Amino acid sequence: MRNVWVVATNTFREAVRDRVLYNLVFFALLMMGAAILVGQISIGIEESVIVSLGLSAISVIGIFIAVFIGVGLVSKEMDKRTLYALLAKPVQRWEFLLGKFGGLVMTLTVNTAAMAVGLYAALWTVKHPLERSDWYLLVAVYLILLKLALIVALAMLFSCFTTPFLAILFTLGLYFAGLFAEDLRTMQAISLTPETMKLFRGISYLLPNFENFNVMGVVAHGRSVPATLVWQDTGYAILYAAIVLAGAAMIFSRRNLK
Amino acid sequence: MPSVAIEIENLSKEYPFGFLHLRKRRSLENLTMQVQAGDVFGFLGPNGAGKSTTIKLLMRLIFPTSGTARILGKSIEDVSMHQDIGYLPEQPYFYDYLTAAELLDYFARFHGLRESDRRERVQRILKRVGLDTAKKIQLRKYSKGMLQRAGLAQAILHDPQVVVLDEPMSGLDPLGRREVRDIILGLKKEGRTVLFSTHILSDAEMLCDRVGVIVGGKLRGVGTPGEMVGIQTQGMEILFELDGSAKKPALLEKAAKTGERYRVQLPEAELYNALDQLKEAGARILSVAQIKPTLEEFFMNLVDADRAQANAVEVSGR
Repeated sequence: MRNVWVVATNTFREAVRDRVLYNLVFFALLMMGAAILVGQISIGIEESVIVSLGLSAISVIGIFIAVFIGVGLVSKEMDKRTLYALLAKPVQRWEFLLGKFGGLVMTLTVNTAAMAVGLYAALWTVKHPLERSDWYLLVAVYLILLKLALIVALAMLFSCFTTPFLAILFTLGLYFAGLFAEDLRTMQAISLTPETMKLFRGISYLLPNFENFNVMGVVAHGRSVPATLVWQDTGYAILYAAIVLAGAAMIFSRRNLK
Repeated sequence: MPSVAIEIENLSKEYPFGFLHLRKRRSLENLTMQVQAGDVFGFLGPNGAGKSTTIKLLMRLIFPTSGTARILGKSIEDVSMHQDIGYLPEQPYFYDYLTAAELLDYFARFHGLRESDRRERVQRILKRVGLDTAKKIQLRKYSKGMLQRAGLAQAILHDPQVVVLDEPMSGLDPLGRREVRDIILGLKKEGRTVLFSTHILSDAEMLCDRVGVIVGGKLRGVGTPGEMVGIQTQGMEILFELDGSAKKPALLEKAAKTGERYRVQLPEAELYNALDQLKEAGARILSVAQIKPTLEEFFMNLVDADRAQANAVEVSGR
């Protein structure tokens, strides 16, 4: 695991030096603006507006980073041939892949944690002291992070066998399809044959169910998230990401570099 | 250490092409050769001959269609063999957000070196490749030559037994080329095996114990530079200057004049007679040298033969 750690820390350093974390400035400005504006226009629902807006921003910014940087993690190294010298070291290709994944997840963790601090600061300006229910936000942030890790794994899988542009399209396509996985499973349409329904149900189980990770509505209204859901989502994200990364490693380990 | 450092057996590589990847282009055909431990081996060939393909196969950057290879007795499939191998890619490009010192430290960590050891090695190697004054500059600000040196540094950082260099002189000015030559000779002196590809034949003649010539994906010959071109002397060449007032020797008719100097080529048997004539005429002899076919001539003959063969196949196929 030493090699994985070495690649991961370097990937994190790359993200920092390439100013990926500058998005935090945008988030901070958004939260400050929202806190000022919400205080003036929404009486009584300031808290839920701030929470919804903040969590949405954390999710969207995170998805943007996970997809675009996730796809570039492998493809950029192949295009620029920085990978050549590295793979001539005693490093397995799967170690490189896992290290890259770990490095971006590390970056997203720091980024998401910083945004969560910004969200609490904005919340504090419209309401203080904070209440116990406000800490449920952390659960929502944690689930967003799990979702982002899964997106990074998918982005890496696609970038292992196709062009960066197609990999971005596939990842975003799968993300949006995954948001409707639950609907596909429970769909009751009169016009569909039982076989088609079965097929849809099968597909819905294969798709990553991203809606599982969305508890924004629950925490925005100060309600708690059941612990079982948190455990289930954690297990689901780990298992799904592991399968996706194993697939990516299988493809990448036999890939001829240019 | 085994007496054979690199063994390649029937290594072939085909690339699929066309819309459905159904057609195949062969870049390397049944390559079989050995590099002895401690040798500097030059891998020669024109662009697209298969040199880089062979090196990439050895470094497992691409995978062979058929055949095997071993380095220091270990299969190229075995990642642990890279503990004892250094590799410089062709036109190297590294993480441009790192400094040279950070890059070397990063690579050294894969070899399990401790921090104090890493620091000492990085300093030593940067000095050896002439980058010690630029070690804190990010690689995005490096020139091509400096990147080449950084690449060379990472290749020899961990004291590998076998060093594989893909076009190490490419992009370097004459001073840089000389420094790389010195490093290669230094590695040989330390008993390391060096395999390097090049299309600059003078470098190969100067550095290599043995060379292999590859053209059109096929190995056309392996041997010492002398063996490759033949040891037969084709004659002698005398370079001399003549005082204007001196008696003109008879051989002057055969000589070519460049500036104040004369150059004459003659059979070896006529050498002493010619020298006597020049002595009598009071000529100042600047040099007497054997005329031998160069590696370049040998190389060009192979390339021409290969092109002629390719044209013949094309014509008969029409």
